[in-house]
Amino acid sequence: MASAGGPSHWTRTLRLTGALLAVWAAVSFGGGIFLRRWLDQWSVPGTGFPLGFWFAQQGSILVFIALIFVYARAMNRLDREHGVQED
Amino acid sequence: MGVQGWTFLLVGLSFALYVGVAIRSRARSTREFYVADAHVPPIANGMATAADWMSAASFLSMAGLVSTLGYDGSVYLMGWTGGFVLLALLLAPYLRKFGKFTVPDFIGDRYESRTARVVAVACAIFVSFTYVGGQMRGVGIVLSRFLEVEVGTGVVIGMAIVFFYAVLGGMKGITWTQVAQYCVLICAYLVPAIFLSFLIAGNAIPQLGLLGDAADGTPLITRLDGLHRELGFASYLDGSKGLLDVACITAALMIGTAGLPHVIVRFYTVPSVRAARKSVGWALVFIALLYTTAPAVALFARINLLDTVSGKPHAEMPEWFAKWEATGLLAWRDQNGDGLLQHTGAKSAVVNELIVNSDIIVLANPEIAGLPDWVIALVAAGALAAALSTAAGLLLVVSTSVSHDLLKRTFVPGITERGELRAARLAAAGAVLAAGWLGIHPPGFVAEVVAFAFGLAASSFFPAILLGIFSVRMNAVGAVSGMLAGIAFTASYILWFKFLHPELSTPEHWWFGISPEGIGALGAALNFAVALAAARLRPPPSAEVRRLIEDIRVPGRAR
Repeated sequence: MASAGGPSHWTRTLRLTGALLAVWAAVSFGGGIFLRRWLDQWSVPGTGFPLGFWFAQQGSILVFIALIFVYARAMNRLDREHGVQED
Repeated sequence: MGVQGWTFLLVGLSFALYVGVAIRSRARSTREFYVADAHVPPIANGMATAADWMSAASFLSMAGLVSTLGYDGSVYLMGWTGGFVLLALLLAPYLRKFGKFTVPDFIGDRYESRTARVVAVACAIFVSFTYVGGQMRGVGIVLSRFLEVEVGTGVVIGMAIVFFYAVLGGMKGITWTQVAQYCVLICAYLVPAIFLSFLIAGNAIPQLGLLGDAADGTPLITRLDGLHRELGFASYLDGSKGLLDVACITAALMIGTAGLPHVIVRFYTVPSVRAARKSVGWALVFIALLYTTAPAVALFARINLLDTVSGKPHAEMPEWFAKWEATGLLAWRDQNGDGLLQHTGAKSAVVNELIVNSDIIVLANPEIAGLPDWVIALVAAGALAAALSTAAGLLLVVSTSVSHDLLKRTFVPGITERGELRAARLAAAGAVLAAGWLGIHPPGFVAEVVAFAFGLAASSFFPAILLGIFSVRMNAVGAVSGMLAGIAFTASYILWFKFLHPELSTPEHWWFGISPEGIGALGAALNFAVALAAARLRPPPSAEVRRLIEDIRVPGRAR
């Protein structure tokens, strides 16, 4: 195992997962639901489309995609740093 | 060539394609039958997952629902995509590392318990069957509408196609036909959307057209919201559900999605943990292509419909109007005898005269917009692809549950490889017949049953799998009591309000204003709480299980 004394592979996995799930909840339950009326005071830049409504029907989905690819990349790097990648 | 000619041609070609693909990818071993030999590249698996996941409901009903519900329709958009984040981060890579064939496999091995395995099998079969009946029904309806055959005949045609590739090819056949079906269904969805977006918003990209302005310079969404207020409908921008209910339905759909067995097993088919992580991302990209288009279709369709019919004389309605009236999905009753169509909402003083079933929005849209015949036929082929691909995935779960989980792993452990493969094929054939029967004789409450499937998946599988991976302390007693408590709670809430006392199903009677559709979120929370508490009563799992957990948490062996 790599990085003696540092946090383990599993600890770092949990931290990363937690951080990404926080973003997941923030855009959907935050932006799309509980904060959506407040966000509606702004529009999507360059249009007249209310921002909170956009988050509920478009933005959250785009962020979800980004989160999964960020996770895949970060986990692959983490695996290599700890020498536990697949052959 | 009219609409019907085009439909015969396009539907016929697409069916020939699926059968051709199925013949090329026949399964020879149980490993090929169950998980396509774990040789599916991540992008292909992403497409197959997208087709597997997007059912007749996503293709036909969702844009219509968003179109009528406005903001409230967002629960489906966020709920049915957000679940893939949970799947990607919490389940898929670990289950791939575990590397067996089914969801009950994991539950049974992780908790070293036959009871847990059998409870999981029962849930998997129930969830899959509730879903598949609706898909077969969808196939029947689309075929009957466009080819003018009986719904029952349509169901039988659909059964024959699914029978062919699910029984012969198993997971391998299903995977490659689903890839083909994804291509058909996404073209069928995007082509009319692009036409419409160009016609209404002057922008060929629907996602940008959605944000665009009407001819007079006001944003389209503001214009539609204005129309809604004027005609007395609930505001398009505000919706009418409570915020907590919206959050709970979204959460229940997300957790339910991540817990659906036919979606989870798709990630056993990729070659590695790395591929599993990436593959979920691709799946969501392919799904989002449809899901971000849907709200645009919803908006354009709504504007189009209100503009075309509202206050206009019935005698001047175009040809499609009479055609859909004949199906009963569009109904007009001239309440005030003035010969005009008054389409109004509950808040209007004028009596509503027009009933529009939201399921026809996607199918009728190309006709309403006056698009060419081949586009209309393409939509029919796409709807069939969506329904058939989901049906096949679900049927495979049922057949694997019988041949692998019940026979091989529980009751007949000595069964030979050939015997198991034969049992899998027989079970798939039986499942197709049962699904067809459900499609011809649908229980009169398809929508309620789907709420049931999601609620149960959310309150049973998701917590049991998640705790199995993330909690070393979790044992069989905890997992089984959690699953039973979650299912019992969710099922009784839904049964009470949907079947026993539908007249009481209003926000005043619901707990905290949470509708039966959203109760799976509380059911899942209850499952977690009960499982964590009950696990304390018994000793932690064996050293062998602890090694299994250590092993699935990292992709390769530590060096």
